[in-house]
Amino acid sequence: MKNSVLLGTLAFAGLAAAGASAATLDDVKARGTLNCGVTTGVPGFAEPDANGVWQGFDVAVCRAVAAAVLGDADAVTFVPTTGKTRFTALASGEIDMLARNTTWTFSRDTDLKFDFVGVNYYDGQGFMVPADLGVSSATELDGATVCIQTGTTTELNLADYFRVNGMSYEPVPIETGAEAVQQYLAGACDVYTTDRSALAAQRAGFENPDDSILLPEVVSKEPLGPLVRHGDSEWADIVRWTLNALISAEELGVTQANVEEMGSAAGDNPEVNRLLGTEGELGAMIGLDASWAKNAIAAVGNYGEVFDTNIGEGTAIGLARGLNAQYTDGGLIYSPPFR
Amino acid sequence: MTTMTDPPKAEGFRIGQLINDKRYRSYTFQFIALVLLILSFGWLINNAMNNPILQRVGIDFGFLSDPAGYDINQQPIEYTSQSSHLRAAIIGAINTLIVAFLACVTATIFGVIAGVLRLSNNWIISKLMAVYVEMFRNIPVLIWIIIIFTVAANTFPPIAEFRIPRDGSDAERGLLFGMFAATNQGVFIPRLVFESAGWLVIGTFLASIVGVFGLRRYARHKLYSEGRIVPVLWPSIALLIVPTVLMQLLLGSPVGVENPEMGRFRFEGGFLMRPSLIALWFALSIYTGAFIAENVRAGILAVSKGQTEAAAALGLRPGRVMSLVVLPQALRVIIPPLISQYLNITKNTSLAIAVGYMDLTGTLGGITLNQTGRALECVLLLMAFYLTFSLAISAIMNVYNNSVALKER
Amino acid sequence: MSDAHAHSIAFVRETELPPAPPPTAETGAVKWVRENLFSSIFNTIMTILGLLIVLYLLSGLIPWIVNGTWEGASIRDCRETLQGSGGGCFAVLAERWPQLLFGFQYPDYLRWRPSLAFALLFLAVPPVLFFKLPRWMLVITALYPFVAYWLIWGGTAITPIFALIGVIAGYFAFTRVERQGFVLGLLAGVIVAAIMWWIGGYIAAEEPGWLRIEAVPSREMGGFMLNMILGIVCVSLSIPIGIVLALGRQSRLPVVKGFCVVFIEFVRGVPLITLLFVANVVLAYFLPPGTNFDLIVRVIIMITMFSSAYIAEVIRGGLAALPKGQYEAGDSLGLDYAQSMRLIVLPQALKISIPGIVNVAVGLFKDTTLVSVISMFDLVGMIRGPILSSTAWTGVYWELWAAACVLFFVVCYGISQYSQWLERQLRTDHR
Repeated sequence: MKNSVLLGTLAFAGLAAAGASAATLDDVKARGTLNCGVTTGVPGFAEPDANGVWQGFDVAVCRAVAAAVLGDADAVTFVPTTGKTRFTALASGEIDMLARNTTWTFSRDTDLKFDFVGVNYYDGQGFMVPADLGVSSATELDGATVCIQTGTTTELNLADYFRVNGMSYEPVPIETGAEAVQQYLAGACDVYTTDRSALAAQRAGFENPDDSILLPEVVSKEPLGPLVRHGDSEWADIVRWTLNALISAEELGVTQANVEEMGSAAGDNPEVNRLLGTEGELGAMIGLDASWAKNAIAAVGNYGEVFDTNIGEGTAIGLARGLNAQYTDGGLIYSPPFR
Repeated sequence: MTTMTDPPKAEGFRIGQLINDKRYRSYTFQFIALVLLILSFGWLINNAMNNPILQRVGIDFGFLSDPAGYDINQQPIEYTSQSSHLRAAIIGAINTLIVAFLACVTATIFGVIAGVLRLSNNWIISKLMAVYVEMFRNIPVLIWIIIIFTVAANTFPPIAEFRIPRDGSDAERGLLFGMFAATNQGVFIPRLVFESAGWLVIGTFLASIVGVFGLRRYARHKLYSEGRIVPVLWPSIALLIVPTVLMQLLLGSPVGVENPEMGRFRFEGGFLMRPSLIALWFALSIYTGAFIAENVRAGILAVSKGQTEAAAALGLRPGRVMSLVVLPQALRVIIPPLISQYLNITKNTSLAIAVGYMDLTGTLGGITLNQTGRALECVLLLMAFYLTFSLAISAIMNVYNNSVALKER
Repeated sequence: MSDAHAHSIAFVRETELPPAPPPTAETGAVKWVRENLFSSIFNTIMTILGLLIVLYLLSGLIPWIVNGTWEGASIRDCRETLQGSGGGCFAVLAERWPQLLFGFQYPDYLRWRPSLAFALLFLAVPPVLFFKLPRWMLVITALYPFVAYWLIWGGTAITPIFALIGVIAGYFAFTRVERQGFVLGLLAGVIVAAIMWWIGGYIAAEEPGWLRIEAVPSREMGGFMLNMILGIVCVSLSIPIGIVLALGRQSRLPVVKGFCVVFIEFVRGVPLITLLFVANVVLAYFLPPGTNFDLIVRVIIMITMFSSAYIAEVIRGGLAALPKGQYEAGDSLGLDYAQSMRLIVLPQALKISIPGIVNVAVGLFKDTTLVSVISMFDLVGMIRGPILSSTAWTGVYWELWAAACVLFFVVCYGISQYSQWLERQLRTDHR
């Protein structure tokens, strides 16, 4: 009886009961949508536009995985998470993967029991100050008031940096990025610190972007990447290799425009053929169609295209590739071979 | 038909009695309730025990002694980023108490003023107060906190205006009396600094306060026993000020005032009231003040007009009518809702998280929870603190409430 | 003639003099102003101060509203249009009002559904609020939750229909078995209702296409709609629970009483936000592995717990205010506990508690904004999150917060005015 009451209540309240069992891939396929955790809004990385459609660099990873697994880049339910809720959401099975500029750290990978599947953006924590403050280096910030977005590794890095350099500061913890910017623009803090990518993105939205400068110091390594629950290696493989497919596609010259053509028949380059499923059985090895990578690339483009359309120099965010260039161009973006 | 006094027939106990007999029925119900209760708790705990995440991570309060790693701006006690999470939680708890105390005091002041003024004959004033009360009662306090925080950041003068210009001119600009500065990074006020002999001065001051109470007691005694009115006001003030000032002068000013001084980026020294504190404090006081105003108004209206007239007929002056007749009776009506307003303030301080005030929800329930991922432990501790505090306040206030309650024959 | 008259007798007026108009200073507006605004020096000072405050507020507010612009696609457009005239940039409201009201995920072509549900609310609520309306209209109220659920969440109509059938069947079972005892009746009702729901759930799973309108998952609810949903659902759920808790707290059975006291005092002792943290990060641990409630359902559970404790205290006040004679009257008529509560005590106690319950409801409705702290996009969450962080509207605070204030004020002020009206209506005893 207890069960039937529960069932009745479930039906009555219209609950979506989703299993958090080990086989995430089966769950996703059965459900028909991918639940993907993103931020509550960082311009360029994940942000709903005026029509409520999520856009951004992290969002593209979610869409690529959805396209690879389900063949439909729109079969994604985006779950906005805060710094506080993201790990619980992932651990409890509310989301299947988290693509929310989350830093890959030792304790998160081990103690919190998650698997980071790769790095989609190499970031570092930086400082933004008003140009008229007359500061050109972070070492001159002794005694300054610093706005920090809480719930991230930034506040730990900040504490370490100032302690190591024997400086004092006044932390102003702020819940959301938007409010931190508001405080910074009002002059309620002298310095705003977070990941440099976010700094650049938010600075691009200022009325006078040139009134603020980014200081040269990068006080931390912030490899940001998607992560999944520990213990489901098959699912981790799918997310990892979808990301790698996007990266390899750029390296191999496969783009959103030519992927259909290149994937329709085997070409000269065997690695392209393996990637796009015209040769070998790579898709079947991870439990997907042969055209999984083709779908992902067709949906969002290769890594370089994703970068350029969302945060690249042509956009309002205006980030240079820098560390995030392909290894062939002197960056760190490097995919293991598809073989 | 047997008579009523017949003892029940000794035919032994039947199962049906458990439902139908009033004597046993309550036991049956309680037993069922108890079983259901135990079953559902057991079910919850069993779920938690079998939860794969919890099984992996376990429940462990050991993280409290690990270094916290983050900095806190408002530190009532010593703290560095190397202190433990426990210490960060204690700082958070103290900060909660600070803002709750401040807000209780000012909310009472706002509430009493607005409540009395709303009954004023002056049309404009009473309508203004009505608008104030309705405005704040009908809009969520979270919105008020955020609005006031935004106002503080955008309407106070930017601290850049107080900075020493690069050419070094006009250094003391903007400091009110050379002591106060209201900036969008907070309000800087002077701070008292104590040398070693400072405690003597403080002791003298405390002794003076005790003396004032003694004086008032003596005066009342004289009034009731001999009918002689002993002047109280001026002697009290003198008693409060003179010995302390004398002590201060005699010992060579051990209690000093430290004024804020402009540093490279902001004022150094002095005491800083941060915008988050101001926003939370002000928003809670003005919001709760609106509720207290209604309580005060209801309390005053509850004292029947005959009481005022009777007091006037006895020849009491209007001030005395208020303080001796109306207020003591009104307080009896006002105090109980006032207590629950104080409790509400304490609980609403947890909204500090919206403006980054480092209260307990911000440290233990915020950054610590984030950094350690120990959600269950942190939330349990958080609830335990608020629960203890709420229960303690209501206990104390109930004692007071009983002491002023109507003593009925 | 006049002479003679004058000498013979003192002047006597023979007709009544028409009353002279009072001095101008003692009539109409002037008198009112004198008495109400300038009766004493202190009063005069207060009046002038009050006028200054009003003037100051209006001088800021009026240009802001009058000069404001409603056109533009971003804050830059606003700045261009306004040219520093001090007007507000209301264009943000013009562009983002659907997001403020419905959240950013609710499909835009379906917005008529929650709007219709909201409009129907005005049909469903009056029968409860105004006793003078004919009683049959309560049927509308009873049907409303199921219709509103179907409109807002969508999906097949089987779910709400069977939910309704379950309730009706449960009620009939209850009335049938009630003669054998209240508890048995209740038990029968619950079992029958549960069976109907179970069958309904089964049929809904088999026939998902029957009378189907497009389903919208809970997580896509947002904006002011979310505040309304949370407020209405939680208050309506918590009133019956509150009654049970209040009765339990009055009970003579130590186990029941103890549980109710501990529950009420615990919930009232902790801030709502900690309960929301529980809903957000802890509750998942205490549910069987595999069940995964939507966040909105978890939040509804916690807020309902919260408000039922407060409502229980209000009702307890109502119970305590009843004269002891009423309880004794019930006993002397030979009614059992359930009957005397249902027929004598509760109707009176609830009547006394209605204003208190309305107060709790208003407070709760305001507290639904707290869900923005746990990353739900209610009205406040929408403003703090997606709208303020969008590059087009960075820096438009006042207009958005003013809109939020207006929305909440209208609803809450309306409810509290109703509560005051009700208090006057119910004051039947001493008049």
